[in-house]
Amino acid sequence: MTPPAESNAFVLLRLGERRFAVSASLIAELVPPGRIFRFPHRTKEIEGVILRRGRMVPVCDIAERLGQPSLRLRRFYLIAQRRYTGQAEWVALPVTGECELIHADVTPAGETDSPHVSGWLSHGGEVIEVLNLTALTPGPGHISVAAPIDSLEMHQAQEAQP
Amino acid sequence: MRLAAPLKTRPVRAEQIILFRISDQLFAVSSASVQEVRGVDSVASSAQEISHPSLRKVRHIMSRGDQFLFVVNGALHFGLPPSPSALVFVMRGTKTALLVDGIEKMTTMTVLQALPQAFCHEEREWYRGLTAIDQAVIPVVKPEGFLTPDELSLLEASHLGNDVSASTLVPEVSAAS
Repeated sequence: MTPPAESNAFVLLRLGERRFAVSASLIAELVPPGRIFRFPHRTKEIEGVILRRGRMVPVCDIAERLGQPSLRLRRFYLIAQRRYTGQAEWVALPVTGECELIHADVTPAGETDSPHVSGWLSHGGEVIEVLNLTALTPGPGHISVAAPIDSLEMHQAQEAQP
Repeated sequence: MRLAAPLKTRPVRAEQIILFRISDQLFAVSSASVQEVRGVDSVASSAQEISHPSLRKVRHIMSRGDQFLFVVNGALHFGLPPSPSALVFVMRGTKTALLVDGIEKMTTMTVLQALPQAFCHEEREWYRGLTAIDQAVIPVVKPEGFLTPDELSLLEASHLGNDVSASTLVPEVSAAS
C-alpha cells in the first residue's frame, strides 16, 4: 500500500546536475558565498565557518554524500536548521544554482531508502529526493573518517595562492 | 526568509585573551589560563627529552619548581605543518606547556560562541568555542585540552619509568667506578 502523500512547502536546491528538496520550515535564508574561516579540526565534512549576522555557521558540502562531485563553484549558501537532541543549529550548505520555493505532495521514504532521504516529491517532471539533514550532516554520535592532516594544509596552500 | 533560531552564543564578561600563532594559524587563549610565557631558548637547556611512540606531540618535559610539565608541540597537536616555535606557554592548573610560534597581540573577547555541534570529533576537547575578532573567527583553546587524561597517564607512566631506570642506573654506575 502506498503511504499517503502530504502537501508541504519545500526549497529546491541544485547540487551539480541534480536537484534536491529540503523542507522550507528548515530553511533560514539564502546568502551569497562569503569568506570561510578555517581552523584545525577533525570533522572532515565541515570546511570551516562563515560569519552570518554575528554568528558562526559551519559550512558543510553535502554534494559528495549525494553522489555529486564536491562543489568548486558555489553560487549561494543555503542556511538551514539541523536538529540535534534538544536544540537546532544552523548549517550552511553550498549550492550551485538558484533555489526555488515550491509546494508539493511528498511521499514518505520507504524502508529501503537511504537514511538521507526523508521522502520523495514530484516537480516539473522530475522525482526529487527530500533530504534529511540530520543524516547528511555531522553531529554528536556521527562517525566519520578523521580529517586527513594534509587537508588543512591544502586549503591553506590554496588560499595563499594569488 | 530570516534567521529564526538563535545559536548558543555566550556573552562573556570582557575577557582578556592572548592571540597567538602556530604555523600561520591564529588561536586565542584566556590570558588567565597562561601562567607564564617563556622563550624556547630559556627552556631548552633545562628540558629533558621524553618519547612515547603514540604521542609524537610531546618530546620534552620541563620542570617548574617541584612539578614537571609536558611540553606539547602545538603544530603536531592540531595537525598543522611544522613550524619553528619561539615561545612556551605554561598553562595554569595543568601539567601542560605549549610550544607556539609567537604572540600576535593581547585583546579583549566579549562573545564566545559554543563550537557548533556539527564539529563532533577531537576539536570538541580542543576548544572552548569560537570568537570573532576584527571580522575574523578565532578558535579559543581549552588549556586542559592539549592532553587527554589517557595521554597524561601514558606520559606520567613513561616519565616515571625513565626516572626509575635512571635511579637504578646510578648505583650501578657508582659501583662500576
